[in-house]
Amino acid sequence: MSEKNTDASNELVGRANRRGGELVRDWYADLTRAAEEGRGAAYVFVMGSLNEILLGFDLPVVFPEVNSLQTAVRRVAHELLDQAEDYGYSPDICGYVKADVAVQLSKGKHPMGRIPKPSIAVLTNACNTYIKWAEIWERMHHVPVVTIDVPGTREGVTRGRADASFDNDLRYVVAQLHELIATCEQITGRRFDIDRLRETLGYVNRMGRAYRRVLELNRSAPAPFNALTDGTVYLGVANALRGTEAGAVYFEELVEEIEHKVARSIGALGDESYRLAFVGVPCYPIFRRFTEMFSEWGGAYVGSSYLWFASGGLNRDFEYDPQRPIESLAEGVLLGVRDAMDSMFHHDRLLEQMIDHYALDGIVYHPIKSCRTVSTGLADGRRALSERRDVPSLFVESDMMDRRVVSEAQMKNRIDAFFEGLAARRKRRAATPSVLEGGA
Amino acid sequence: MRPFPELEDWQAAPLDEVLLQCRDLVEDPELPSVKRFRDEGGKVLGHFQVYFPEELAHAAGMLPVKLRGAPIDPDHAESRFGSYLCSIIKTSLELALNGSLKLDLFVSHPICDAARNLSAIFSRNFEHPSQILYLPQNANSSHTVTYLRGEYARLCADVEAVAGRAITPGALARSIEVFNESRRLLRRLYDLKRSRPWLLAAEDAYSLVALAGLLPRETHNELLAWVLDRLPERDAKREDRVRVVFEGGFCEQPPLDLVRALGRACYVVDDDWLIGLRYLVEDVPATDDPLLALAEAYIERSSYSPVQHDLRKPKEDMLLQRVRGAEAGAVIIAAAKMCEPGLEEQVAYTRALEEAGVPFLVTEFEENMTSFTGVELQLETFVENLLFA
Repeated sequence: MSEKNTDASNELVGRANRRGGELVRDWYADLTRAAEEGRGAAYVFVMGSLNEILLGFDLPVVFPEVNSLQTAVRRVAHELLDQAEDYGYSPDICGYVKADVAVQLSKGKHPMGRIPKPSIAVLTNACNTYIKWAEIWERMHHVPVVTIDVPGTREGVTRGRADASFDNDLRYVVAQLHELIATCEQITGRRFDIDRLRETLGYVNRMGRAYRRVLELNRSAPAPFNALTDGTVYLGVANALRGTEAGAVYFEELVEEIEHKVARSIGALGDESYRLAFVGVPCYPIFRRFTEMFSEWGGAYVGSSYLWFASGGLNRDFEYDPQRPIESLAEGVLLGVRDAMDSMFHHDRLLEQMIDHYALDGIVYHPIKSCRTVSTGLADGRRALSERRDVPSLFVESDMMDRRVVSEAQMKNRIDAFFEGLAARRKRRAATPSVLEGGA
Repeated sequence: MRPFPELEDWQAAPLDEVLLQCRDLVEDPELPSVKRFRDEGGKVLGHFQVYFPEELAHAAGMLPVKLRGAPIDPDHAESRFGSYLCSIIKTSLELALNGSLKLDLFVSHPICDAARNLSAIFSRNFEHPSQILYLPQNANSSHTVTYLRGEYARLCADVEAVAGRAITPGALARSIEVFNESRRLLRRLYDLKRSRPWLLAAEDAYSLVALAGLLPRETHNELLAWVLDRLPERDAKREDRVRVVFEGGFCEQPPLDLVRALGRACYVVDDDWLIGLRYLVEDVPATDDPLLALAEAYIERSSYSPVQHDLRKPKEDMLLQRVRGAEAGAVIIAAAKMCEPGLEEQVAYTRALEEAGVPFLVTEFEENMTSFTGVELQLETFVENLLFA
């Protein structure tokens, strides 16, 4: 019996996906309990959730983005979009927002359980739609809305602490965190516990360390995980359980699993032919089929910009200093949210580094109608990158929520043509001796 | 600098001729006034919608130019974007790509998800520096004004580097005074729109504001003062028209022909067209710290738009204030196609207006639309319903 197929190996391989599913289901069960008991939640967003502070007040944390994508994966999003459009929202705005509006109008009814009403909404400016979305809750529920405004990179990619504006920006974020704490104290009637914050920061540090190791391990060939499908499970846990012991343990066990797979050359695909990077947000209305259209050709997603900007900054090589918790948290939020914005606006620079690091054969750009933050600059970034590097790419538009703009047949044609091009390119290269090898 | 080079002695010309020149200049996609400024050795700072502290560019001797798109086809820019985007994003880049607008510095703001990509896109396409000015999205923090002062100071250093000239406190104070004069004149223009809208066609009022983003401000002040002094002498009669507020022109602009069509159907007594040029609603006081004064004015004494988040200014309440302040009988709620903030705000606007019993019409527009039959029909029906209901 090969080492790949021992019982222990079978138990380990796929454990993170099974466990991730359990954890997310448990999390929704907790939210359902909170809703049934009439407890209010903190509504937050993926890019800068501030879970670190909210956990200290034992506020159930709701990620409406995650709720919305779940409705698409579970194929009920179209009903919710219709409901929100009947209410007055345009077909041309973010589908996540509309699905959430419908959930709110249905008193929290959701395929994963029941979503509690908000007691507070906390948002960053990483996406402008966050701001408009929170304004909707403010009008619907009349709850405090706290903005943590995080100034992004002014020119090019951030240089972190070396940026001229860094000190001014940091003081701004610190002040806003203090104001968030004061608001949480007010709505919960509880005192802020700085030691609890220190503990939470420690868990985030452990999660981040493991998360970065996982991303790095996908440089291996074959890639041990699919950045699109497996990656989405990891992101779910990274956000829902951010700053918890369960979250830290999950990612440390994930490292164990991925290292195990790397050591035994167990790939996410049985037959990895092409190593791809994905740029954008997945096509959730046909999530499985979308992924199959690539895997059928041996296309393995080894990395994605989604694993950067939706990870809450875990992808950045940064650790909190629990000895100066507020300032360090502010620094983490500032750099993490800024990094998320850079990975959307300056994706070409980051992808350029990834080409060699991950031995990419191609890049797939997936702009979507629902998200202009991610999608607006993709065509231009692709143009700029193609002028600098000779890497084939595919540009295929659809949506993350709205199946009305997802054309599976058209998409398949484009994807098939892309892989035929990759195959022809590989054949051409194999037939042409390299100059370095002394060929003519 | 003269506003109209081909009309040498423009102050001796009839008012109607000057207004015609204003409209022509606003509609000219070659931006001749900006070109002339640059040809004469000046440097140009292009700033995307909505608000920009133009005083900072002015104090460095640069011409601040408002990028507000154009009614043109984005022949070069189209390939830089995907689908599902508003037009102004594409045509603003097109003006630069087709050579109509040559810049020395481009500044955008994180006003919406599409626009916040513009700085990166410009930086990939042009040699000149491009950057984002991070105007605060949290107007309600006790630290916001201090932060914004610091952000303006950072921007000053970048502007100085491009202009090759220091922004001295004296120069900044003088620029603030020039722009205070501009603000006073623009307020006079809107007072007139509200009190005697029959004296000035909607498209002429629009053009007079738009030129503030294209001409050196001293020139614009001189022009606007001249026009405002002459308008009361006009032989124009009040007509029985519905007084409306137009809401939805904070970023992408309706084509002048659409503004004209609106003006034919009703009196547009207030609006948010090019609101960024009128964003500070009072004079900025002369103080020892002009950057702080500018920052305070933006946070404490400013208008509103769907892209500035301020808990003290719910947009629907602000709209109702605008309607009442203008004694308007109805509202046209418009949004540029694919403008997410504008479209999202429509829901709150319509609900608030319904509750307040203010009639409204909801419509969409695009800056390069060429057929107005549908909108005109919508307008006529709406107005007739109001007049004869």
